[in-house]
Amino acid sequence: MAGAFWCVVEDDRKGMPKKVMAEVLGEAARLGGPVEALWLTDKASEDGLKQLGGWGATKVWLLENAGLAPYRGEVWVPPVAELAAKESPKAILAPVTSRQREFMARLAAKLGVGLAADSVALARDGDKLVATRPVYAGKLLSKVTWAKAPYLATLRPNVFKPADAQAGKSAAVERPSLTIPPPQMKLVERREEVSTGLPELTEAEIVLSGGRGMKGPENYVILEELGGIIGAAVGASRAAVDAGWRPHRFQIGQTGRTISPKLYMGFGVSGAIQHLAGMRTSKVIVAVNKDAEAPIFKIADYGIVGDLFEVVPELTKEFKRLLEK
Amino acid sequence: MNLHLTDEQQMIQAMAREFAGQHIKPIAAEIDRDARFPHETVKRMGELGLLGIAVPEQWGGSGADTVCYVLALEEIARACASHAVVMSVNNSLYCEPVLKYGTDAQRRRFLTPVASGHALGCFALTEPEAGSDARNQHTLARRDGDDWVLTGRKLFISTGREASFALVFAQTDQAKAHRGITAFVVEKGTRGFSVSRTEDKLGIRASDTAELVFEECRVPDAHRLGPEGMGFKIALSTLDGGRVGIAAQAVGIAAGAYERAVAYARERKAFGVPIGEHQMVQWMLADMTTAIDGARLLTLRAATLKDAGRPFTREAAMAKLFAAEMAMKVTTDAVQVHGGYGFIKDYEVERYFRDAKITAIYEGTSQIQKLVIAREVLGA
Amino acid sequence: MKILVAIKQVPDTATAVKVGSDSKQIDTTGITWIVSPYDEFAVEEALRIKEKRGQGEVVAVTVGPDRAKEALRSTLAMGCDRAIHVNDAALTGADTLTTARALAAVVKQEAPQLVLTGRQAIDDDMGAVGAQLAEVLGWPCASWIMEETVDADAKTVRVGRQVEGGLEIFELPLPAVLSAQKGLNEPRYPTLKGIMGAKKKEIKDLKAADLGLGALTPELSITTLEALPARPPGRIIQGETKDAVKELVRALREDAKAI
Repeated sequence: MAGAFWCVVEDDRKGMPKKVMAEVLGEAARLGGPVEALWLTDKASEDGLKQLGGWGATKVWLLENAGLAPYRGEVWVPPVAELAAKESPKAILAPVTSRQREFMARLAAKLGVGLAADSVALARDGDKLVATRPVYAGKLLSKVTWAKAPYLATLRPNVFKPADAQAGKSAAVERPSLTIPPPQMKLVERREEVSTGLPELTEAEIVLSGGRGMKGPENYVILEELGGIIGAAVGASRAAVDAGWRPHRFQIGQTGRTISPKLYMGFGVSGAIQHLAGMRTSKVIVAVNKDAEAPIFKIADYGIVGDLFEVVPELTKEFKRLLEK
Repeated sequence: MNLHLTDEQQMIQAMAREFAGQHIKPIAAEIDRDARFPHETVKRMGELGLLGIAVPEQWGGSGADTVCYVLALEEIARACASHAVVMSVNNSLYCEPVLKYGTDAQRRRFLTPVASGHALGCFALTEPEAGSDARNQHTLARRDGDDWVLTGRKLFISTGREASFALVFAQTDQAKAHRGITAFVVEKGTRGFSVSRTEDKLGIRASDTAELVFEECRVPDAHRLGPEGMGFKIALSTLDGGRVGIAAQAVGIAAGAYERAVAYARERKAFGVPIGEHQMVQWMLADMTTAIDGARLLTLRAATLKDAGRPFTREAAMAKLFAAEMAMKVTTDAVQVHGGYGFIKDYEVERYFRDAKITAIYEGTSQIQKLVIAREVLGA
Repeated sequence: MKILVAIKQVPDTATAVKVGSDSKQIDTTGITWIVSPYDEFAVEEALRIKEKRGQGEVVAVTVGPDRAKEALRSTLAMGCDRAIHVNDAALTGADTLTTARALAAVVKQEAPQLVLTGRQAIDDDMGAVGAQLAEVLGWPCASWIMEETVDADAKTVRVGRQVEGGLEIFELPLPAVLSAQKGLNEPRYPTLKGIMGAKKKEIKDLKAADLGLGALTPELSITTLEALPARPPGRIIQGETKDAVKELVRALREDAKAI
């Protein structure tokens, strides 16, 4: 099939692509490429462009314009649609992030094509592409295919194998001349959350989650301490969020964030369906719960039936010991 | 025969279930332990329209029917029997007689605030020497000009301390015995009306059960509900409706205990398998669910007859008798399924067991229900 | 101010969901249906806007089969003024873009100043309809909003959009499309009065032809639906806490290579 795989760049708003782009570019290469990056930004960096090349992009379509930050759908969609009409990419892939989620949906509508959101696998079927998506609270998997190209999909972070960074490889940079429409939406302010110093929940490779068994908001500090040592994000179950122990942004589950880390460790989390919906695609699942009958043990790879207030400090001690070695 | 619920009935049931599950169930154990009246959730029940279900909107109610009432009441009782008794007293024992026997002026003043949940009502019939023998009223109301002066004591009055309005039965003409009983609405704060004590109970501990004292308590004649001497009739017909509510409460208590028993039977392992795979436990669960459904159907039949304006005294008594005895049996068995864990407070099933007992006592004991049924049967 | 709320009826999360005989759709027998929770946040927000302004109209709309009427009725019980049911066999299993086009046609007929919807429906979890509706209409949109204020003369709306690491506060000219994230509000329960009154409210039925929708060919189709493969059985690590933790850390590093 003709046409390239475009990978829409998610950046850190400071000119560098996020790590998750290695996964998107890696998947595009695995599907056969050609692999091209599409970067909409107010300011790209040389290092960023190099990084995209290192991750396998042979070309970067760079749309650099002050009007492109912050993300606004009505500004982003028209130039990309114009470019896509000209270049006829085979597929457009993006990681699942707050803005890509909306942008890709709008772009699909503008191009009049299908969107497979939050995919966990992509496969070639001759000239076609098939995406696999968890549906119904992750209880079922749905395979979907497109009527016509370009095939638009968003990819769940931490699921796809990242491209190995190759130093020295570089991408050709194309700066197409496109019309950037004026925004209708006006950014009033950006309210930063108080940083926990830990990774963002949806991006972290290790996530620690505290449920009702944490007994109160004051006890999350033991998870944060452990998280600090092993570089993990700290989340919470709906029960803990509804009890007001943690802000909603830390909620993992159907009405919270969907995560898919390499390692998920649940402490005092019972494993209600709502919670499982948000973490069941994690690679390795560890459960620590006093109640041996807690449903989370049914999907856990490793479990300890015990008091989290004894287990967590021991874990912290053990990892500290290993790190000092 | 049609056993389908209407869309409205299903939605009301679903709403009550969700509200009870979200807001009542989480506090049920704590308010039972502390014997604390749950003001916050009762207020929300009022806002949702659960405290004046069958009262027309014109008088602050929800404009629904008795079937809706029993469906909602069962859901509330499933989470907490104490909330259910507050709901039952307010709907059946206070709002209903005031709606049925009150003048428009009385409805406006005494019904609207209670049906809309802004205030609570109670029903003061029982006395130290007038329980099952309710005719034996010692509270006296003496006529004095345009007023009545009440003197006496009322015992075991549900919501007696929290209620702003009490429907009080008193003897206005002793010579006429029970035909000399008259009903009055007495407002909280009326001089001479006080609450002397509240009871420490086995079950429904979060509801308040109070003794009301009337000492030369003066109420205007405008507070008299129905004609003089009609009181006992009002009380009896009110209790017919009340019994449908208590039957629903008993069904809810049993259903709550049963659900816990089923969950436990799935989880708890003995001899290498979940206990639910043992036939003895299966038999208990099968008996429990069959009995609950039987009681539920009797309750819905009584409610349906009442909504249709047909006689339902016998059916109400049957529903209450069967449901109350069933609730005691089912909650006993639910504790049994839990074994030793059923006997400790952590598993909550013991609360259902304690709460069940009252349903066979108040608003006519099981023995009184049998009397009512037998009388209807024999036409005595 | 007229507000349109787009909702979807979905299976209750707690319901067991099985693959149907065609391996493309679910087996709907025995399923409890609910209004998708995020859509309830949208309904609640619309009602609050109306209540705050002391006037206006809130219209619920859905694209779905006969059973979806129940979902509309529960929004009417919550307080929506009337509802529109786009019910056409040609729209069964419609993809997000088709649904967005159908909704856009309703929006053109109704001309609301604001469209609210949930961030995603919890059945297919696509989370695209709100944004696609905005695109089809050429309206601005803000997804995953956590707060919202419509200005006094209903010309603009200020919203807080949840993004990684914070909230972006935007001002949008109306009309616009907003999608609700959890945390926006706490949806009300329908009151008994609301439930009893819902029957008297209008639910208008519309077919694809009433909306001038031409040929409805899906851009995305499901080829198969399958149950999640079971995870291999896990291992409960026994022993004293100290030893169990040591063994867990060893297993995570050496066996699972997860850390």
